[in-house]
Amino acid sequence: MSVLVVAEHNNSELNAMTLSAVSAASQLGDSDIHLLVAGENCGDVAKQAAAVAGVTKVFHAESAGLAHAIGENVAATVGSIAGDYSHILATATASGKNWMPRLAAQLDVQQISDITAVESADTFVRPIYAGNAMATVQSSDATKLITVRSTSFEAAADTGGSASVESVDAAGDFAGTQFVSEEVGESDRPDLVSAKVVVSGGRGMGSEENFKILEPLAEKLGAAIGASRAAVDAGYAPNELQVGQTGKVVAPDVYIAFGISGAIQHLAGMKESKVIVAVNTDEDAPIFQVASYGLVMDLFDVIPQLQEAL
Amino acid sequence: MKVLVPVKRVIDYNVKIRVKSDQSGVETENVKMAMNPFDEVAIEEALRMREAGVATEVVAVSIGTDKSQETLRTALAMGADEAMLIQTDADVEPLGVAKLLHKAVEKVGPEVVILGKQAIDDDSNQTGQMLAAMLDWPQGTFASKAEFSDGKVALSRETDDGIETLNLSLPAVITTDLRLNEPRYPNLPNIMKAKKKPLEVIQADSMGVDFASRLTVLKVEEPAEREPGVILGSVDELIDKLRNVEKVIS
Ligand SMILES: Cc1cc2nc3c(=O)[nH]c(=O)nc-3n(C[C@H](O)[C@H](O)[C@H](O)COP(=O)(O)OP(=O)(O)OC[C@H]3O[C@@H](n4cnc5c(N)ncnc54)[C@H](O)[C@@H]3O)c2cc1C
Ligand SMILES: Nc1ncnc2c1ncn2[C@@H]1O[C@H](COP(=O)(O)O)[C@@H](O)[C@H]1O
Repeated sequence: MSVLVVAEHNNSELNAMTLSAVSAASQLGDSDIHLLVAGENCGDVAKQAAAVAGVTKVFHAESAGLAHAIGENVAATVGSIAGDYSHILATATASGKNWMPRLAAQLDVQQISDITAVESADTFVRPIYAGNAMATVQSSDATKLITVRSTSFEAAADTGGSASVESVDAAGDFAGTQFVSEEVGESDRPDLVSAKVVVSGGRGMGSEENFKILEPLAEKLGAAIGASRAAVDAGYAPNELQVGQTGKVVAPDVYIAFGISGAIQHLAGMKESKVIVAVNTDEDAPIFQVASYGLVMDLFDVIPQLQEAL
Repeated sequence: MKVLVPVKRVIDYNVKIRVKSDQSGVETENVKMAMNPFDEVAIEEALRMREAGVATEVVAVSIGTDKSQETLRTALAMGADEAMLIQTDADVEPLGVAKLLHKAVEKVGPEVVILGKQAIDDDSNQTGQMLAAMLDWPQGTFASKAEFSDGKVALSRETDDGIETLNLSLPAVITTDLRLNEPRYPNLPNIMKAKKKPLEVIQADSMGVDFASRLTVLKVEEPAEREPGVILGSVDELIDKLRNVEKVIS
C-alpha cells in the first residue's frame, strides 16, 4: 500500500500543514509515503520534502501553470501520477479544498473532507454542522481522497528523512483558466494557523483604526492576529485573518478573543485551542461558555493594561 | 445566457444542532430549515447578472425530498425565473449531487453555474469543483467578485493568503463566498408571484446516473465538551493564570 501526500507550499517553503498531512498518512497502516511537490522553481521545496521523517519518495513537477496552484492544473498533475495509490491526501486549506474535489470527480471518488482522526485505512472522523457533530465515516472507494485538518494531527518531523527526489512531468495547462494577479497580505507576524498565540478581534473592535491596537499586543506576545467574520465584513481586517467555519481553523496554546460574541460559526474555527480567553462587556456572550478565562470588561481598557503588564 | 443555481435545503444556521441519542445522525424533525446561506448568495449573484443584462434567465435547481420545493419557492420569490426539483428521498453525497447536476446542465443549457462554496450541513466544499470537472469547465471557487465581459469572467477569490484574480472563459462554474454580495429578502408580492412560476419535478432515479453513497456513516457524536472556565476580576489575575498556571506566555 502506498500513500501520496500532495505538498502545500509557496514555491520556496514547504507549508507546515503538509507535515500534519504526512502524520495522518503514517496512521493509515504499514504504508510507503510519497510526497508530490508541484509548482514553479520549487526545487528547494522538493529538498525540504525529502527531509521529512517517514517520507520514502518525493515527486517533483515543474511548470509555469503550477506556479499559483491553479486548481485545474494541480488536479491534472496529481491525476497523472495517481496510479495505484490507495490514498491521496492534501491539506484542508483553500488550495487543497479547491483542487482535490476536481480530481475526485475525475477518478469517480467521493472525497472525505477535513478529517480530524484516522480510525483505520478506510474509516475517518470528520466534523459536520460547523463542528457541532462529529461523523465517523467508512469509505467504499478503491482510492481514498482525503483533506486533512492540520490542527488535529501532530506535525511530522521536518528532518531525519532521506527520500529520493524524482522529476515527473506536469500535466498540460488547462486553457480556460488564466492567473491574473494576487493580493497577498503583508505581515511579519507568525502564520495564523501554526502560531502558538493568537489575538483575535471582532465587531467589538469598532473600526479599522481601533483594530490596529491589536498589533502592538500581538508583537509583545509573538502572536498572530485573527478576526471574526463580522470584523472582516466590516472592513476592519483582511479576509485571510478570518477564523471559523468558513475561514481558518486554528488551535493555538492560547486564543484571546476581544469583542467577539462567540457565534457557533466562529467557535468552529477556534474551540480546540488549549486555553481560550474572552474579553467581552456582555457577560451573557456565548464565547464565555467555551472560555477557560473570561474578563467581563471593556476591551479598550483591557488591551492597554495587558500591554503595560506584559 | 442562462444561469443555473443549485440550492440546498439545510437546517437554518441559527438552530442549535442536536445529535440523535442513537448516534445515527442529527435531529431534523421539527427543526427550522432554510436555504443554505451560500446558495442565497449564489441566487443573488445570478439575479444581479440578469439585472445587469449579462444573463437572460435564472434557473434554480435542488436535489432532495419534496420539501426542497419550499427552498425552490424561496429562490423563485427572490427572483429566479424557473425551478427544477430533482426528487429523491435518499441522502445524496456531493459526487452524486454533481452527477445529477451534470444532467441538469445538459437539460437546461446554462453558460454559468453558480453554487455555494459549501453546504453548512455536511461542510464538504466539493460539489462545484466536482461538477466543473465533469463538464471539463473552468472553476472559480470561493468567489468574492465576478465581472463578466466578452465571454469571460474576471473572478476574485478568497485564498489563505489574500485575494487572487483569475480570468475564466465561459462556460464556467463559480462557487460563492459570503462576501460576494448581500442577498435580498423576498417581499410579499414576490412571494405571491413565485407561487405561479414554473417548478418542474423530475425523479432522480429517472436521470440515468448512479448516485448511491460511497461513504457509510458509522456514527455521529457530540463533539468533546470543554471544561467550564472561570470569570476573572482583573487583567493581573489573567496574566498570572496565563503565565504561572497555564504557562502559555512568558
Ligand atoms: C454560513 C455562515 C458562515 C459563517 N462563518 C463564519 C466564520 O467562519 N467566522 C466567523 O467569525 N463568523 C462566521 N459567520 C458569522 C457568525 O454567525 C457571526 O455573525 C460572527 O461570528 C459575529 O462576529 P462578532 O462576534 O465579531 O460580532 P458580534 O456578534 O456583533 O459580537 C460583537 C461582540 O463584541 C462585544 N463588544 C462590543 N464592544 C465591546 C467592547 N468595547 N469591549 C468588549 N466587548 C465588546 C459585544 O458584547 C458582542 O458580544 C458565519 C455565518 C454564516 C451564516
Ligand atoms: N442536494 C443539493 N441540491 C442542490 N444543490 C446542492 C445540493 N448539495 C449541494 N449543492 C450545491 O453544492 C454546494 C456545495 O455543497 P457541498 O459540496 O455539499 O459542501 C451547495 O452550496 C449547493 O450550491
